[in-house]
Amino acid sequence: MNTSEYLKEERNQPWREEIRKSVKNADRTKRERVSMPEQDPMVRATNQLEVNLGLTEEQAVGEATRCLDCPDPTCITGCPVNINIPKFIKYIEARKFTEAARTLKETNALPAVCGRVCPQEVQCESKCFYTLKLKKTPVAIGNLERFAADYERESGNISVPETAPSNGIKVAVVGSGPAGLAAAGDLAKSGYAVTVFEALHEIGGVLKYGIPEFRLPNIIVDVEIENLRKMGVQFESNFIVGKTSTFEDLRAEGFKAFFIGSGAGLPNFMNIPGENYIGIFSSNEYLTRVNLMGAAKPECDTPVLSGKHVAVIGGGNTAMDSVRTAKRLGAERAMIIYRRSMEEMPARKEEIHHAQQEGVEFMCLHNPVEYLADKKGRVTQMRVQKMDLGEPDASGRRRPIPIEGSEFLIDVDTVIVSVGVSPNPLISQTMPSLDVSRWGTLVVDQDTMQSSVPDLFAGGDIVRGGATVILAMGDGRKAAAGIHGYLQK
Amino acid sequence: MNRIIKKEFLSENVFRMEIEAPRIAKSRKAGHFIIVRLDEGGERIPLTIADADVDAGTITLIVQKVGCSSAKMSKLNEGDFIHDVVGPLGNATHVEKVGTVICAGGGVGIAPLFPIVQAFKHAGNRVITVLAARTADLLIYEKEMGEFSDELIIMTDDGSRGRKGLVTHGMEEVIKREKVHQAVVIGPAIMMKFAAALTQKYNIPTMASLNTIMVDGTGMCGACRCSVGGKTKFVCVDGPEFDAHQVDFDEMLQRMEAYKDEEMATYQNYLLNQG
Repeated sequence: MNTSEYLKEERNQPWREEIRKSVKNADRTKRERVSMPEQDPMVRATNQLEVNLGLTEEQAVGEATRCLDCPDPTCITGCPVNINIPKFIKYIEARKFTEAARTLKETNALPAVCGRVCPQEVQCESKCFYTLKLKKTPVAIGNLERFAADYERESGNISVPETAPSNGIKVAVVGSGPAGLAAAGDLAKSGYAVTVFEALHEIGGVLKYGIPEFRLPNIIVDVEIENLRKMGVQFESNFIVGKTSTFEDLRAEGFKAFFIGSGAGLPNFMNIPGENYIGIFSSNEYLTRVNLMGAAKPECDTPVLSGKHVAVIGGGNTAMDSVRTAKRLGAERAMIIYRRSMEEMPARKEEIHHAQQEGVEFMCLHNPVEYLADKKGRVTQMRVQKMDLGEPDASGRRRPIPIEGSEFLIDVDTVIVSVGVSPNPLISQTMPSLDVSRWGTLVVDQDTMQSSVPDLFAGGDIVRGGATVILAMGDGRKAAAGIHGYLQK
Repeated sequence: MNRIIKKEFLSENVFRMEIEAPRIAKSRKAGHFIIVRLDEGGERIPLTIADADVDAGTITLIVQKVGCSSAKMSKLNEGDFIHDVVGPLGNATHVEKVGTVICAGGGVGIAPLFPIVQAFKHAGNRVITVLAARTADLLIYEKEMGEFSDELIIMTDDGSRGRKGLVTHGMEEVIKREKVHQAVVIGPAIMMKFAAALTQKYNIPTMASLNTIMVDGTGMCGACRCSVGGKTKFVCVDGPEFDAHQVDFDEMLQRMEAYKDEEMATYQNYLLNQG
C-alpha cells in the first residue's frame, strides 16, 4: 500500500468521518486561529521559564476544529518526518489526546521537542490548505503537536512505541542530538541493539547545550530520552567515537553499522581585529556555559561573563537564543547586530517577535569591523559599519554592501558571535577513507544516507553543515531505514 | 563514574592521581589530554595525561591546586569517584627521530612532558630534559625523567635543587654547547613564551603545548582559541601542540585571565565554607 492509499484508508475510518461531519466546513473556516498563551514579556525576560505556556484543552480542541481534514493533506508534504498531521489533529478534536500523541510517535520520536522548536511556519503550516488556498492563517499544527505531547507526558502514561523482537544486531549511533535520537528510535523499533555514544556528559546534544530552557526545558528532552531507554536504547556519555575507541575497536566489539550524527561543531568567527579579546564568545560557548554547565546558577562552578551591554552578531535562531539569554542574565542593553535587513533575517519570526517584546534592540544593516579593549584585554567597544543591500547573491538573499565612512563605535562589554558553524573535523580525522566535501561535511547517498565507508551512515549538521532539529531528525530516520536495508541484505 | 585507585601529594599543592579509565589508558598517546567533571554542577576541567597503565586500566593525572575545582579534587581520596572523565582529546605529539631534542618542562607542565620524553627517547633521539620549578618541593618526576633522558638538568628559582635560575638558562647552556634539532616546551604560558623566544634566537624548531581555557574540548565552543601565525586556532582540536614561534603568547596570557576575578571569588567562598 502506498502512502496516499494509506492516508485515504485512515481518513475513511468511521470516527474520522463522524468528526468531519460534526461541524460544517464553513463554520470551521470562520474560526480564528487560537493564539499561544505566553508569559508576560517583562516578567519572562528575568526568568528561565518557558515563554510559551501551551494551549489549554479547550483551546486545543478549538484550534483542531479549524482543520478541514483535507482529502489531499498537503501539510504532510511540508513535514520532514511525514507526521500524519490530520489524523493526530482529528484525535485532538475528538478529545482523544493520548491517541493524538501516539499518532505523532508513529513517525516522530520527539514530538514535545518538535512542537516547540520546529519552524512550522515554513514547513507543515506553509502547506496548510488555509495558507495555500484560503489565504488565512494556517492551522496551528506546531502548537497542537506540543499540546498532544505535553498532555501525554503530564498524564503520566507515556506510550512506549512498540519494538520488533530483538535481532541482537549491534548498531552504534554517534552523537545524541536530534539526528542521533531519531535514528536510535527507529533502529530500536526495528529490533536492533542500539548504543548511542555521546562526547559530552549529558545526553541530548544541541537540545541541551544549545537551545535555552525558556524555549525548550531540559526536562522535556529527558522524558523523551527516557522513552528511548524504555525501548531498549543504551546510552554511553563521555565517549568520543574515534578517540576513546576507534571505529575498528567498536567493529571488533560487534557493532555492524554506525550512524554519525555528530553535529556541526566548530564555531565560525569573522577574523576581524580584536576578536579574541576577553568577553567575546561564540554562541556555542556562551550557550553551553549557561544551558549545559549552569553558569548562572549559584550551585554550579562554571563561570560566564555576561555584562550590561551585550552585542550578538548574527540573525539566526541561535543569535536570538543568545541575545535573549543575555537579557535574562541581566543585560541592560542587548543588541542584535545583523548585516542584512529584517527581511532576510533567518531566525523564526516568532523568536524575533519574542526578542523584540523582551526589549532586545535590533540593529539591522550593521556589521562589526573591529573590537577595542582595555589594558586587561577586556572588550570595551566595537566599531560597526553601516550596510546597504545590493543584488541577490548565491543564497538568493540581497548581498550586504558596506557603506564607506559610516563606521561608528558602540560600547560593549560582552559580544557573542553567532555567524554559523563549520563541520567538526574529529570524525573525518579518525577515518581518512571517508569522502568529505570541500566544506568539510560528510558526503552521503541522499536516499540511504550511506557514506563512502559502507557500514557508516550519517545525517544532520555533519552532512548539511547547519540546519534545523527536524531536518536532522528526518536524516536520522532516513539513515535508520538505510542501515536496516544494508544489514538485512 | 571513574574510581580513584591511588592518590598522593607530591608537594603541598601538587597531587598525583591514578584513576580507572581502561579505554582511555589503551588509546591515549603522548600529547593527549582528558576532561574531568568532579560532580554534578562541577566545571569541565582539562587535564593532561602524565602516564597510563594499560594492564591496570588506569591513567595518571598530576594536578596543582590553584582554584576551587582543583582544591575540591585534592580532597578526593582513593576509592572515591570522579563523576565524568572523557578522552583522550587533542592530537598526539608528532614524534620522529630528529637527533637531539631538548624537552623543557616547568611546574606541573612537567607531567604532560613525561610521555613526550619517553616517546622521543623510544624514537631513538638524544633527549636532554630541563626541568624547572620555583623551589625543590615543587619539583616532580625528577627520577622518572632521569630514566628516559640522556641528560637531566634541574633548575630552581631559589637554587634549592639543581642550579639556581630559570628554565631558559638551562636550555641555553645546552644550545651553546651542542647542536639541538628540536625543542619541546610545556609549562606556564609565561615560561613557554620566554623559552620560545630563546629557541627562536637560535633557530631551533620548537613546539609548545597550550593549556588554554576550555569547555567541551571537542571544538564545539571555541573558548580555547588562540592566534597561531596570525590565524585563529582551536587548541582542543587543532592542538594542543603548536609551533611555539608562531603562537601569540601575549594574547594567550591575557585570555587565560578571563575568569580570574570570578575564580578567586568562588575560591574564597569555597575556603570560607570549608571553615
